[in-house]
Amino acid sequence: MTELPLIGEAVAVAAEPRLAGAKIGVVTFPGTLDDRDASRAVRLAGGTPVELWHGDSELGDVDAVILPGGFSYGDYLRAGAIARFAPLMSKIIDAANSDAKLPVLGICNGFQLLTESHLLPGSMIKNDHLKFICRDQVLRVENNSTYWTGDYAAGQEITVPLKNQDGQYIADEKTLDALEAEGRVVFRYVGFNPNGSRRDIAGISNAAGNVVGLMPHPEHAVEVGFGPESLDGIGGSDTEGLGLFTSVLNKIVGVN
Amino acid sequence: MTEISTSSITETKKFNIDTVEHAAKTPDTELPWAELGLKQNEFDEIVKVLGRRPTGAELAMYSVMWSEHCSYKSSKNHLRQFGDKVTDEMKKDMLVGIGENAGVTNLGDGWAVTFKIESHNSPSFVEPYQGAATGIGGIVRDIISMGARPIAVMDPLRFGAIDHPDTARVMHGAVAGIGGYGNSLGLPNIGGEMVFDSVYQGNPLVNALAVGVMRHEDIRLANASGKGNKVVLFGARTGGDGIGGASVLASESFDDTKPSKRPAVQVGDPFAEKVLIECCLELFKGSLVEGIQDLGAAGISCATSELASNGDGGMNVELTSVLLRDPTLTPGEILMSESQERMMAVVTPENVEAFEAVMDKWAVEYAWLGEVSDSGRLIITWEGEVIVDVDPRTVAHDGPVYDRPFARPEWQDALQADSFTGSDQDAGRPSAPAELAAAVTELVASPNMCDKSWITNQYDRYVGGNTALAFPDDAGVVRVDEESGLGVALATDANGRYTYLDPYHGAQLALAEAYRNVATSGAVPMAVSDCLNFGSPEDPDVMWQLAEAIRGLSDACMVLGIPVTGGNVSLYNQTGTTPIHPSPVVAVLGKLDDVARRTPSGWREDGAAIYLLGTTAAELDGSEWSNLRGHLGGLPPKVDLEAERALGEILINASRDGMVDSAHDLSEGGLAAALVEASLRYGVGARIALQDVLDRDGVDLFTALFSETQGRAVVSVPRSEEVRFKDMCTARGFEHLRIGVVDAASGQLEINGVDTLSLDALREAHEATLPKYFG
Repeated sequence: MTELPLIGEAVAVAAEPRLAGAKIGVVTFPGTLDDRDASRAVRLAGGTPVELWHGDSELGDVDAVILPGGFSYGDYLRAGAIARFAPLMSKIIDAANSDAKLPVLGICNGFQLLTESHLLPGSMIKNDHLKFICRDQVLRVENNSTYWTGDYAAGQEITVPLKNQDGQYIADEKTLDALEAEGRVVFRYVGFNPNGSRRDIAGISNAAGNVVGLMPHPEHAVEVGFGPESLDGIGGSDTEGLGLFTSVLNKIVGVN
Repeated sequence: MTEISTSSITETKKFNIDTVEHAAKTPDTELPWAELGLKQNEFDEIVKVLGRRPTGAELAMYSVMWSEHCSYKSSKNHLRQFGDKVTDEMKKDMLVGIGENAGVTNLGDGWAVTFKIESHNSPSFVEPYQGAATGIGGIVRDIISMGARPIAVMDPLRFGAIDHPDTARVMHGAVAGIGGYGNSLGLPNIGGEMVFDSVYQGNPLVNALAVGVMRHEDIRLANASGKGNKVVLFGARTGGDGIGGASVLASESFDDTKPSKRPAVQVGDPFAEKVLIECCLELFKGSLVEGIQDLGAAGISCATSELASNGDGGMNVELTSVLLRDPTLTPGEILMSESQERMMAVVTPENVEAFEAVMDKWAVEYAWLGEVSDSGRLIITWEGEVIVDVDPRTVAHDGPVYDRPFARPEWQDALQADSFTGSDQDAGRPSAPAELAAAVTELVASPNMCDKSWITNQYDRYVGGNTALAFPDDAGVVRVDEESGLGVALATDANGRYTYLDPYHGAQLALAEAYRNVATSGAVPMAVSDCLNFGSPEDPDVMWQLAEAIRGLSDACMVLGIPVTGGNVSLYNQTGTTPIHPSPVVAVLGKLDDVARRTPSGWREDGAAIYLLGTTAAELDGSEWSNLRGHLGGLPPKVDLEAERALGEILINASRDGMVDSAHDLSEGGLAAALVEASLRYGVGARIALQDVLDRDGVDLFTALFSETQGRAVVSVPRSEEVRFKDMCTARGFEHLRIGVVDAASGQLEINGVDTLSLDALREAHEATLPKYFG
């Protein structure tokens, strides 16, 4: 396990103590960018983040795993295509597919990693407008029964930042129909499709609901003063992404 | 990614190696010093320093290190003022001053901050994507070299006319390059500037700023001390990119007679840089390096000579140990290569193993090149044969210094006499309500005043989770300490038109605006970094502009009490013989004890009172309005640094005590631009009446809206704070007038005497401009 220097000291959060026992691993690959942010989100949600290194061969005793955003290996091949072969990924894939159903969240590059690992179907290609895009994005929570969305209301609209280069979700029609039919479209873009994703899909889950991937960044909407409302004044609040992290913590400690 | 090769290339090339011994025996050999950008007197000086002709490798080193870009030979005599005009008070928070890779300022609580702004102008014209990308890469490595974790970047840009066909090429390339590189590093882009002016058509300005933070004990300096310590080069391999870039590209202006210089531009690999950042921070954490230096302009030449001359003065390096991308590179090319994402460090023998473990963990390639000596000589060998034997100081520090002739241009008086007021372009000045409304709309849709989100939406402003303010607020604000909320604010500003009209005051106006922007966010200004973009120093007119700008800037820093801690000079920015407007880009860094107290630039709370701070004079010369009418002449707005300081104190106190819920500085586009921007920021309207301003200041409504008088800001004050706020302004003797009220429900900007402007229409005009030209 690696020790990454944080910019500042950890925020002491007096969140619900019953959640603090839940350990959520955050994996760092070469080129990962939003790992500290994901750890902060776990902390602000009340859980205990555990830093994991892609080269580790054991997952340890974490209760869930987050694959954070970034440009692993520069995304020079296909986004996530190289990181998918990291030693730790095989452990994560096994644990996610096991009866224990390890909860796994892939954000942005992490979502790309999940499709590359075949934990989730489909793939991501370059945004239809061919530019990197950073904006505050409204999402609708289409399915609140996954491990990562239980604290949201079905149909709830949330605003979280989105920032990507290769965010256009694609899959064949049959797969898309199946995802829709099985309720596995977890998040959908509302009002504006920022990258040309099929059927406005922003995030999906596996059949069991323990693995969720999404392109937008809920970990950047977890703290008052540093989210979309403070930076851009675009509706909602600064903390509408926090629900993903509290959802899994509640699931782990057995509330949901 | 675990296979690491530390061996040198197996097959050494068979060059006709020009050894020192050979050079001594063949004094009459013709050398291509002129092609490498050296002047006759400079070559003669090298021969004198060495007591013989230089070898090919030595010539390569001297030519890049004595180039304008690396040696500051034309500006050095003037730049001294930044070090001389400093009071003890200004020095108290300066932990590391000018001369290192970047200056370091004390932030308190054991934190230190380092920031620097640099140019990457010429490469960005030749190859906009890579030029701009590697500009970010270079400045970020400067920050890492100080031992800091980079936390944000900014990019002031100046391109040609918005409707010129070549501008789109530069725009698309540079913005994509800044985004492509910066976004991949995980550094939020928190602001910058975008100016369009035909003077930059053949010479765009792409400046890049980076800021980083560290604990005091982590500060690292670029020096090689301790005999026997090992010298290591790590990061990317050395290739043929950027060879001669520093001396050839940055020291000559573009004209049509020379072949394309495309190969001289470096190619960036942001992934390698990101890994290098993490790897360096881990080295610092383990105290595994004694000295460290990034490789930028002049590559290994610069790193070895600077490390050696800043340390004990000696170093032995075996050049065939350098890992290469291209095995055909000659020794001179290896020394000059500007391949990106490389660092050089000095490591004690005891730490070699631990150093290698960090490299292996991050899969970073490295090569041990040699060791520190106490000989006072930098000795570089090629398979053991000496090809460089120099006193490193003569390469790195004792280069030529020129007292270039300068004189106030003959045309300056006529230029300053040509005021906008009463000029042909001023005919039909708007005065009726409908005309004024149209003028406001035209202003905020103009290329320089329009919404810049077409650019900023291609940059990640969120990564890191510490961004508290970003573009289009007056300053970018980033949290440093999550527990206390301690943070920094940064703004960059320059106005080439003001500086063209009056270089001394124009440079001061750039500083004043950046200072005001930082204070507007609620931060206390602490330090300055500047990027001085000018034309050819061999032109006495330009040299005068440079000398005046430096004198003005250094004088102003004394008055405002904030020191220059670093920066960069970029000369020869011209197309043919036409120089750019003198463009000193000034970055000011400020401190916020708690970023939660920062002040955003848009109004929000319904019913809050809107105050205009400062007085307005008829100052339209050099303004955005005169620019829109195609006029440039007269004198720029007056500089009143004491007023700026007083205004700054009011804005900082108002933020600290929660007296204002928004503040926006008045600068380009005057009050009209500020009112529209404050309304559009959060889509909240206002009702404004300026009669009291007109009566007090003796100006007409048009002037009140479009004049660019300095030392002003608009703030919105919640009703509950109004008495306290007014009392503070009164007690400080600062002019303030209530000019209106925030009207959250109206969806309009209503200014008495101006036809009502709907926010929707303003937004449409404001946001349509860049997409119209750039898609």
